[in-house]
Amino acid sequence: MSPEGLSKPEYQVPQEMQNQVALTTLDRLYNWSRKNSVWPMMFGLACCAIEMIAAAASRYDLARFGMEVMRPSPRQSDVMLVSGTVTKKMIPQIVRLYNQMPEPKYVIAMGACASSGGPFKEGYNVVAGVDKFIPVDVYIPGCPPTPQALLHGLMTLQKKIESQSLKEVSWYQKGPGEPIPVPVLGPDLIDMRKAALIREKSQPVTEPEEAAVAVEEAAQNGELPAKEG
Amino acid sequence: MTEATLINPLDTLVDQFPSGWVKKDERPGYSGFIVEREHLLEFARTMRDDFGFDYLSMVTASDYLAEGKFDVVYYAYKTIGGPALIFKVQVPREDAVVPSLVALYPGADFQEREVWDLMGIRFEGHPDLRRILMWEGFEGHPLRKDWKEPFYEEDVKPYKSRWPEGKPVNADDRNPFNDNVQYPTGFDPERWVPEAETLLYSGLQRTTHNEEFKTDELIVNMGPQHPSTHGVFRMVVSLQGEKIVDLKPVMGYLHRNHEKIAERNTFLQNMPFTDRLDYTTSMSNNFAYALAVEKLMGLQVPERADYIRVLMAELTRIMNHFFATGFLLNDLGVYFTASLYAIEERELILDIFEEISGSRMMCNYFRFGGVVRDVSDEVLKKIHNLVYDRIPRKLDQFDAYLTNNEILRTRCEGVGVLTADQAIALSTAGPILRASGVPYDVRRADPYSIYDRLEFDVITGNHGDIYDRYLVRVAEIKESIKIVKQLLRDIPSGPILAGKPAYQVRVPAGESYGRVEGPKGEMGFYIVSNGKPNPERYHVRAPTFINLTSLAPMSRGEKVADVVVILGAIDIVLGEVDR
Repeated sequence: MSPEGLSKPEYQVPQEMQNQVALTTLDRLYNWSRKNSVWPMMFGLACCAIEMIAAAASRYDLARFGMEVMRPSPRQSDVMLVSGTVTKKMIPQIVRLYNQMPEPKYVIAMGACASSGGPFKEGYNVVAGVDKFIPVDVYIPGCPPTPQALLHGLMTLQKKIESQSLKEVSWYQKGPGEPIPVPVLGPDLIDMRKAALIREKSQPVTEPEEAAVAVEEAAQNGELPAKEG
Repeated sequence: MTEATLINPLDTLVDQFPSGWVKKDERPGYSGFIVEREHLLEFARTMRDDFGFDYLSMVTASDYLAEGKFDVVYYAYKTIGGPALIFKVQVPREDAVVPSLVALYPGADFQEREVWDLMGIRFEGHPDLRRILMWEGFEGHPLRKDWKEPFYEEDVKPYKSRWPEGKPVNADDRNPFNDNVQYPTGFDPERWVPEAETLLYSGLQRTTHNEEFKTDELIVNMGPQHPSTHGVFRMVVSLQGEKIVDLKPVMGYLHRNHEKIAERNTFLQNMPFTDRLDYTTSMSNNFAYALAVEKLMGLQVPERADYIRVLMAELTRIMNHFFATGFLLNDLGVYFTASLYAIEERELILDIFEEISGSRMMCNYFRFGGVVRDVSDEVLKKIHNLVYDRIPRKLDQFDAYLTNNEILRTRCEGVGVLTADQAIALSTAGPILRASGVPYDVRRADPYSIYDRLEFDVITGNHGDIYDRYLVRVAEIKESIKIVKQLLRDIPSGPILAGKPAYQVRVPAGESYGRVEGPKGEMGFYIVSNGKPNPERYHVRAPTFINLTSLAPMSRGEKVADVVVILGAIDIVLGEVDR
């Protein structure tokens, strides 16, 4: 980035010093350095991952944005590119990876599947959008998005980073952040945050009188009443 | 091998067995034989040992709800070429048990597990019958016709309007949990004990104590998020020191219910879904699906369309083999540089795809009876430049840098060896099978489209190791170039689609199996139609899914660093493995 991007436009720096000196605020310096070294996690799910590889390869070259350093470990990465269909079998791992990423962390939902389930939304093993579980910063439409679209998404993320302020960002507030509860694989995917709702809605739909009759009958037949739940 | 191997026994097969064992399948539109469940093993053994049907290509099942029974369908071939032996076992839905063929054909292992997982048919005698795509504890068997997914709307598409009264209806809002989930009545999430994968871990072989050299026994989980697993694939490896004692692949992390969705879709709606199976070779998936449906419809494809189809399929093969080779080097530890070189030409081929179909990867280019758009002369010129100039140059570069590279050779030679017998028994396909010295290529063994008039060689290796797989892939690029040159020379002008373009096609009742030699192996679609606008049964024979059966036998005894390369040489794509 040119020094003009770093300097605050209100301050005049003499022409001959502009390549060496910048007058700026801490926020601006902080965001400037962060946004030019966003390290993505090396994490591919499906078709979109191939376009992500293409974006990292020589023709589109993510290195121009300081993003070529793909980290296989979540603990060293800044942005998680959810590139592909998120399935119920995979979402516990994705949430776990997200919880392991250090703040500041960002999530890009790349493609229709990660944004909403896409063409596979009706499938029984598909999570209808990764944002059901983890917060998403940028959505990129497309199936799959072209590398250009991915680059645009990353530039949008850079803009978001630019607009953040040290005073407000969550990772400098008091107290540790809450990790997202990891969903459990049951008879279907169980989002532990919705446990109460699941129990309530799964109750057998019986009229109170009928239920009483059923219990009576069972008792007459010498069976134990069915355990609740 | 007896003399019976060389003759075609299919016409007189029923007479070879005692009465009642084997019947011809006489339902209209169906072919093959129906075998009594009690005699399946004996029948299969006779066919394999006496008649030479040594290659069990596909196992699947279809659910006939109205008749109350399942058909378990087997497709077997001879590796010396020739037509398929199709045999079926019919079982009632309430007693869905079939003897397992794993002892005869080890390649049936994963496919039988898949049928158990999705259809709920038990295979008696299967050594490790666990769910494969879904997880243990999942409620129900999704491909049964009476099983409904949480976002179920209607049995078949096109659905009624999703915009009644001018307002959109969101599928999530109709679900009581506001999500894509459903639970059995009376379910309490707090009392649920998640499955601890005990079956998986207890199934792993362990070694006895090593007397000479003290090593620790370790169980290592690689994946599903691991940079070397080519997507969301997981391997559970038991190690003695650095040596692999046993390995079990775990998949299903990208199982996106292709088959269930496809059985609700109309025939043409499935075409874009096939793109997303093996997302690096969408054209060749289109090809197989179009062939399967055309077989049912009895459509003749115009000459020019056939040429364009083969042209695209071969460009896909070139692209895929470059990709596979590049990432093989990545797995060897040549971090990214080599693969950047290898996938340079891929972009140029993608440009061609984008120009003719509108999309780089998901081409959705084939239609029943032809292709969707014509190829202009400029595009042909571009392809001409590619195959006469750029790609041969790249291959020379490969030869110069890689083929005799000492590090590459020491890492790859003699690693992950699969003998020809093993490769056939494990139902592997494509470059894996050919690198083991079996000259089996669907383009030659069972020619489709215009491959019977093209000149090319079937490349085989001698040793069945990773190095031979690399050599086979590179040589196959050369053969593909040869084919593309012939196509460019001979391509005629004319129509590109039989009949008028139509959204809804009429497909007569019956079953069909269309297969092509995809870049990764035999890509096939098994389709049952009941004369309605939607397929009754739709099954994908995914080559890399079945090739993965050979991963464990190849890896045992190798070092843990090599398993990554062995996996890389299979060239898996998870979209196809998990579907």
